Amino acid sequence: MIANFTGTERYIASQDLAEAVNVALVLERPLLIKGEPGTGKTLLARAVAEQLQRPLLTWHVKSTSRAIDGLYVYDAVQRLQDSRFGDRDIHDIRQYIRFGALGRAFLADAPCVTLIDEIDKADLEFPNDLLHELDAMSFTVIETGDVHTAKVRPLVIITSNNEKELPDAFLRRCIFHFIAFPDPTLMARIVRVHHPLVRQSLLDEALARFYWLRTLPELRKKPSTSELIDWLGALLRGGLDEETLAARIPYLGTLLKKEQDVEAVTRRGRGWARH
Amino acid sequence: MTPDAPPDGDLGELGESLFLEFFYLLRRNGLPVTTREWLTCVEALDRGLVAADLKRFYAIARATLVKNERYYDLFDQCFTHFFLGAEAPRALVKAVDEWLADPLPMPSLSPEELAAMERLDLDELKRRFEETLREQDERHDGGSKWVGTGGRSPFGHGGVHPSGMRVGGEGRSRSAVQVAAERRFRDYRSDLVLDTRQIGVALRKLRQLGRNELRTELDLDLTIEATAKNCGDLDLVMRPPRDNELKLLLLMDVGGSMDPFAMLVSRLFSAAHAASHFREFHALYFHNCVYENLYKSARLNDGMGTLELLRWLSPETRLVVVGDAHMAPYELTARNGAIDYFQNNDEPGFVWLDRLKRHFTHSVWLNPLSQRMWGHPTITLVGQIFPMFELTLDGLEAAVRALSAPNPRARG
Repeated sequence: MIANFTGTERYIASQDLAEAVNVALVLERPLLIKGEPGTGKTLLARAVAEQLQRPLLTWHVKSTSRAIDGLYVYDAVQRLQDSRFGDRDIHDIRQYIRFGALGRAFLADAPCVTLIDEIDKADLEFPNDLLHELDAMSFTVIETGDVHTAKVRPLVIITSNNEKELPDAFLRRCIFHFIAFPDPTLMARIVRVHHPLVRQSLLDEALARFYWLRTLPELRKKPSTSELIDWLGALLRGGLDEETLAARIPYLGTLLKKEQDVEAVTRRGRGWARH
Repeated sequence: MTPDAPPDGDLGELGESLFLEFFYLLRRNGLPVTTREWLTCVEALDRGLVAADLKRFYAIARATLVKNERYYDLFDQCFTHFFLGAEAPRALVKAVDEWLADPLPMPSLSPEELAAMERLDLDELKRRFEETLREQDERHDGGSKWVGTGGRSPFGHGGVHPSGMRVGGEGRSRSAVQVAAERRFRDYRSDLVLDTRQIGVALRKLRQLGRNELRTELDLDLTIEATAKNCGDLDLVMRPPRDNELKLLLLMDVGGSMDPFAMLVSRLFSAAHAASHFREFHALYFHNCVYENLYKSARLNDGMGTLELLRWLSPETRLVVVGDAHMAPYELTARNGAIDYFQNNDEPGFVWLDRLKRHFTHSVWLNPLSQRMWGHPTITLVGQIFPMFELTLDGLEAAVRALSAPNPRARG
């Protein structure tokens, strides 16, 4: 049976995004997801794993991450420790090999979803160092000489915040999808998932406000989906209604995270009243 | 997905040659699609993923062939062109885009036109223009003919009848071509203007060159690992320090002809300012051309000597000048030619520019005017002194590459 991802109750996927996931599934290629912060790149992997009922293995990339960390780490320090206290047979190196998220996905008996989160945080060479492993879905543990080849190829989902350009050789091997910022219709559906009880009139007013904020050219950081959801949560808990929203933007700090942006919008305050 | 679809979908040989033409259309229009990516796309077709659904083909072709959102718009245009044949070719659209994006005030504007211009923002103007263009196409007037009648100020579009506009919010069952024709991704094009985040990302690339290759810092993690592997005998691992050695001097033209770009320049400034990875970052202002003084604020009232500045900035400081270089020729070539009457510069502007250029090993000039406008005499002259780049994402990236090049003055 061909696996088919359509989006879940908690995760609304556009048709283009669902197609991209399915192409990656069928062709067994890594799926690279880019998009503005807060458009749900990381959540996608969770949703795919949930719908396909596969285990999710996550690898959060840091600026110091090395490509090999995702496959395995040789714990030489533990072995040295053991050699001093003689607890274990230190001649068996295999017990000091710890597998990373990608390594475990290759070893698994059933297909997994592996998330390589924020690949652009690491060094520029990082993606290139993974080329072979992602292509062949196999790796060698240098310390033991063991070759591990994936029995079933996992779906690898890679997210990037666009902090760095990724190498061409890496891009050629990926299926690519850019999550565009949702339009108001899609956004209303996304918000409903998180706040099912919000009144339509309040939601309309809040969305109008939110998209207006995003058009302001002076903002250094535009509010994103996750901030909208937080903001609506705050509005609901604060018991605020449409009239309050028409006069001002309460809890502005939930939407805007930079002081200059808050100031800029406050300066515009009167302009909004005319809208 | 239809698991029971025939392996070749409904494509057949005709379909394959048709799609091969599409591949070449993408390449001809500057989309960097490789054969490998094309084969991936064909594989997806072979697996029956697409069936005969054009909407699906759109999604799958884009996911397999396009690897950067900056090409989404180009892909949409090619797609529309290929499957509908209704869109203007890229070169034409680019010319029109540039023409519309160019905010130079036209000298021939009447007061009515100026008023109309103020009522419409640029996006609105573009949108209306596109609508008009599309309408023209529908009436089978060639797009080129329409533009060929040019010479009209772009601001004249304020007069276009809004009744020609399509009202948004169509039903959800739009065709792939309609969706592609909407050009939802035009804001992600790299040859359009920049936002702060994009500038920040581009500037971050300067970080690479900051690595000092001397290994002077202890790498604790690797040392522990190496020591453990070394049976507990200390094995020190050193690495080059990660902090950036880069010093950046940003000189910005303010006032006058630069006013339309004030927002763009302030974005560049805030992005550079927020980038904490420079060892030194200085930003100073000038008006039209650099003379013996530079200014710490955009109001140009707290000056400092240009020569003094050059004395305490080392030559490996990267110089980025932002300006339109659009001025009266005498501002560049004549003594006392400065635009400010009381300036009385003893040396002409280009001598000062040349002095800056000679002091620094790496310098670039970023021009917010589109390259099409660079025929102006002073822009040409300044372009001979400094390598000049457009202030777009593409231009900024090229400029960063120029700033990261090996020191042109170093030998060997």
